[in-house]
Amino acid sequence: MSSRHGITVTVNGAQVTREVDARTLLVHFLREDLSLTGTHIGCDTTSCGACTVHLDGVAVKSCTVFAVQADGANVDTVEGLADGATLHPLQEGFWEKHGLQCGYCTPGMLMAAKELLARNPDPTEEEIRFGISGNLCRCTGYNKIVEAIQYAAQKLREAGEEAHA
Amino acid sequence: MSHLESSVQSLHPAPEGASKQMETTDQIRITTPEKVCGMGHRMKRKEDPRFIRGQGHYVDDVKLPGMLYMDIVRSPYAHAKILNIDASEALATPGVLAVITGKDLKDAGNLHWMPTLMSDTQMVLPIDKVVYFAQEVCAVVATERYIAADAIEKVNVEYEPLPAVVDPFEALKDEVIVRDDKEKKTNHVWHWEAGDKEATDKVFGEAATVVKQSMHLPRIHVASIETCGMVANYDPTMGKMQLYMTTQAPHAIRTVFALVSGLPEHKIQVISPDIGGGFGGKVPVYPGYVVCAVASLVTGKPVKWIEDRSENLQADSFARDYHITAEMAADAKGKITGLRVKTLADNGAADAAANPSKFPAGMYSICTGSYDMKAAHVEVDGVYTTKPPGGVAYRCSFRVTEAVHMVERMTDILAHELGEDPADFRVKNFIKPEQFPYKSPTGWEYDSGNYDAALAKAMDIIGYRELRKEQAEKRARGELMGIGICSFTEVVGAGPSRDFDILGIKMFDSAEIRIHPTGKAIARFGTKSQGQGHETTYAQIIAEELGIPAADVEIEEGDTDTAPYGLGTYASRSTPTAGAAGAMAARKIKAKARKIAAHLLEVGEDDLEWSVDRWQVKGSPDQHKTIQDIAFAAYTNHPQGMEAGLEATDYYDPPNLTFPFGSYIAVVDVDSGTGEVKVRRFVAVDDCGNIINPLVVEGQIHGGLTQGLAPALFEEIVYDENGQNLTGTFADYLVPTAVESPKWETAHTITPSPHHPLGAKGVGESPTVGAPPAIANAVVDALWHLGVRHVDIPITPQKIWKLLRDAGVSD
Ligand code: FES
Ligand code: FES
Repeated sequence: MSSRHGITVTVNGAQVTREVDARTLLVHFLREDLSLTGTHIGCDTTSCGACTVHLDGVAVKSCTVFAVQADGANVDTVEGLADGATLHPLQEGFWEKHGLQCGYCTPGMLMAAKELLARNPDPTEEEIRFGISGNLCRCTGYNKIVEAIQYAAQKLREAGEEAHA
Repeated sequence: MSHLESSVQSLHPAPEGASKQMETTDQIRITTPEKVCGMGHRMKRKEDPRFIRGQGHYVDDVKLPGMLYMDIVRSPYAHAKILNIDASEALATPGVLAVITGKDLKDAGNLHWMPTLMSDTQMVLPIDKVVYFAQEVCAVVATERYIAADAIEKVNVEYEPLPAVVDPFEALKDEVIVRDDKEKKTNHVWHWEAGDKEATDKVFGEAATVVKQSMHLPRIHVASIETCGMVANYDPTMGKMQLYMTTQAPHAIRTVFALVSGLPEHKIQVISPDIGGGFGGKVPVYPGYVVCAVASLVTGKPVKWIEDRSENLQADSFARDYHITAEMAADAKGKITGLRVKTLADNGAADAAANPSKFPAGMYSICTGSYDMKAAHVEVDGVYTTKPPGGVAYRCSFRVTEAVHMVERMTDILAHELGEDPADFRVKNFIKPEQFPYKSPTGWEYDSGNYDAALAKAMDIIGYRELRKEQAEKRARGELMGIGICSFTEVVGAGPSRDFDILGIKMFDSAEIRIHPTGKAIARFGTKSQGQGHETTYAQIIAEELGIPAADVEIEEGDTDTAPYGLGTYASRSTPTAGAAGAMAARKIKAKARKIAAHLLEVGEDDLEWSVDRWQVKGSPDQHKTIQDIAFAAYTNHPQGMEAGLEATDYYDPPNLTFPFGSYIAVVDVDSGTGEVKVRRFVAVDDCGNIINPLVVEGQIHGGLTQGLAPALFEEIVYDENGQNLTGTFADYLVPTAVESPKWETAHTITPSPHHPLGAKGVGESPTVGAPPAIANAVVDALWHLGVRHVDIPITPQKIWKLLRDAGVSD
């Protein structure tokens, strides 16, 4: 039996306090303790990226992070991506360009792509492909995921230009 | 198992009125306006809003009050006697409620064995011995996921290792018997033949050229990103068993569960919620499912079982594993005359393939492909080894991938041997458009095709002749570049009930449509999407037929309590079978709507004609009733004597299979230092008949191409000589990422199916079938001048580097 710890985490902007086992994985904490089941498990060995979330703005594979490591941190998941009824440009892009089929890899892809665009707002196709190479998709063949991210990148750049105009 | 009729003559006589040659076009047929969004529209998928918000609902997302968790103890040996299972330490752990063994299942009514879909048997949990590495040995049920995972380590199983038999050729010697539970002490399971042996031997006797090649299509794994799992929820009060399950075939599973468990079928509800990819791997019943259901029965509580990735890769059903020796004959003019094939199928420890009953080697006899030849003969032998059972798809219609790989490799070898250009050689040997419907030498009747058009288009897009020039220049400089073609013929849409069943259940499929008073609709189908987009494409079919906007049609699948009975989604059968059922049910509704419209307009039925979404009076279209008007009337003002309401059900039994086809061209560069193969360009021209949604079809093709690239260059399930799986994680089993996957270039031709009500064919698997031989042919094309005739997939840098070293190119 592992020891119990109280943790306080800001998940998608809302603070939650829970007691967890020392060994509880962040992905299980999100899915089971908080019922945020958008974050998926595809391998639990840091290979597939289905569990990708942001920990203080950095994309991490939540199957390889303990919940206690998120104590005091901000965690953002796919559920926090849209602003109410308004989709994030990435979500829009994935829908518009048919960037998903079974949808199982999609939340992880979206979160990986979000970090990619934060680092590099105008990525080349090759940079996009490398940027999501930690995330496996078995359905789409990636072409349309790349197009979806390009769509979002352009939208975000346009929005940025407008804000500065 | 039975020796089947060697000939499948007259397997598919042409349906009435179908023996016409179909025209080929590039133009996607659109007959409805954008707001209706019938067939041909690039409609954004209706299911996507929930997925992009992380609100999909997969089996592991099911959470029920009081739910328990199950984990499985697995065998560390490929073959071993079980001497003892001591669960006392596990049972003493707080939170552990039960340990279920094979003996327990036996006592519960002989549930320790189950039938496979091929009418073989497979252990659920063993009592005497295990027959593959990672086999399910017993299961622990606990209050928490982590407690169950800990407790499986505390079950002490004593084994006495037995020799493993990993190689199917070794297995044939019967020195180690895998299934000593069987009466016949042999590893040979079945023998199957198709075609005409005598005629084929004669053709080979007269041939001017014969080429021969052995090849192995190794074990691979579908590796859908969601693994398999179940939440079993038995309600002892009502005697009802609810099974949330990762299954592609919920209805068939319900029937199998009823027959095996003895629970009445109306008290079993199989719910297949959102499925995170299937590709054939979620067709079989795995032991974990059965044990999970038993665990819920025993405890009277909901029980969840979710396998992890290693369990998935190590124990779930595999695909391929065919050892093939093929010969192809040609006459003096370079015309292919015959094909002779012998194949050893490694089944693992049970024949747990998911083929139609009469076809132990699936549709493998489609292996004459796109080429017109006089005769062919195919033999396949199935054999047991101490490896996990299977023989499922991996995005393939019942062994057609193996058939196409073989015939496309052979065609290429023959072309090279004769010094002919592989494209010209194909054109010379193609079945010509005027030969359709075409009767193949192994008994299939191809519904429609135009192979010349598809290849010409692919050559045009990629610039084939210029590439050949570039290749010649590069070769002169010592650079290695290859161009590979695959012109495949697929066979999908199983299938006509006279020949196709699974465990006796005929392979029809079904649709039920209900139109609500306000003209909106709900439709339910017997299939189950795992990402194929049925919620969109089925709605478009109904929109096409009835003019109700696709946005106004709700599609439901996967709940056996509500959906009509069907055989499920695999082998690209959804559009050919359930899609057709949707069209036929809609047509029944249209016929009733006509009667109502005639009543409302006070004219005779014969005075009416259909236009997009309405019945209108011939010659005066402003006198009309839209489908919405009619739907309202069906509930508020229907003719006296007519049944109220507007709904219909159809069970569609296809008259024939459909035969999609295409031509793919790959261009590869081979690094002469490292042996690495880079796919520089890949053009795929597909013909799947009429297109329901071009966006979805493109997505299906892209995905299938990457799943074809995967076994061509990367994926293989590898065992050591003791039968240990060496590729049990994603670190060893290499699924391509966006970096390895090239930018696919796709296009289409359209040659409708003459017998499908929508002229559609099915497309999801064509690219997985067509891509591997295109890539393999390209690699061999790059190396032919060095004496290389064949390379088995996956074509790894190591394999190429060795060939180059032997040819004195690299060191
Ligand atoms: S589940 Fe975390 S990387 Fe696969
Ligand atoms: S959409 Fe199915 S795994 Fe990516």
